[in-house]
Amino acid sequence: MKKDIFQAIADPTRRAILTLIAIQALTPNAMAEKFDMSRQAVSKHIKVLQESELIKPEHSGREIYYHFNPKKMQEIDNWLDQFRRIWQTQFNQLDQVLSTLKKQKK
Amino acid sequence: MKNDLLFDFTVDKTTKTVFITREFDASLSLVWDAFTKPEILDQWVAPKPWLSRTKFMDFKVGGRRFYAMVSPEGQERWAIQKYISISPKTNFKMFNAFADKDENPELPGSEWDYNFSEQNGKTKVIITIYNESLARLEKMIEMGFKEGYALSMKNLEEILATLSQK
Repeated sequence: MKKDIFQAIADPTRRAILTLIAIQALTPNAMAEKFDMSRQAVSKHIKVLQESELIKPEHSGREIYYHFNPKKMQEIDNWLDQFRRIWQTQFNQLDQVLSTLKKQKK
Repeated sequence: MKNDLLFDFTVDKTTKTVFITREFDASLSLVWDAFTKPEILDQWVAPKPWLSRTKFMDFKVGGRRFYAMVSPEGQERWAIQKYISISPKTNFKMFNAFADKDENPELPGSEWDYNFSEQNGKTKVIITIYNESLARLEKMIEMGFKEGYALSMKNLEEILATLSQK
């Protein structure tokens, strides 16, 4: 199932992971070390981030490196723009209503 | 084009907070009414050709508004709002959630904070939406608002036509 990206980045540890791997792809072990966390805890965060498609795994020999997926972030911004347009539509309608009301008052 | 009116829309993804600022070329009391009186709200909150139909609205602290967005085919999408606090012509806060036709909210909803201020005859409205989720936003767009873009262009044309008649 696709995860809600807001949920994925609502957690401070996951944000820190993203910041870190945006600079350099890391293995789960390396992440666990950097954050002084158990492998298990890291795996849980990785799972959420991967399901939201914010990170992508890449196999290199026996290791898995996780990469940041900037495209996904961009996608979200593009997607949010639709929401912005909805508001714009509503407000343009309100402009009309207000102008009508102003005329009625006069 | 008349639209030199301020419009700002930003989303803080990490805190799930949406910030919207818009200026209106009208007095504070008129804009306040437009946001707090059902008969005016129903005239603009639904992007055309959708309609907003308020079943009841009790604008007081603890009061609720139950309304539907109605598609051109007559499909109803219900939502319920509960007013948390009201400072007349300054601020009001509400809890907003989608609902079924029997007034049962679909939790979790989000919290909306509206601020109003007037300056030089223009009224600025600042809306902050807390705890908005991507899933909820997605649902809003699914609710037929997809056409919003094309429609906003159409609305704009209408406005421009009205203005040029002046």
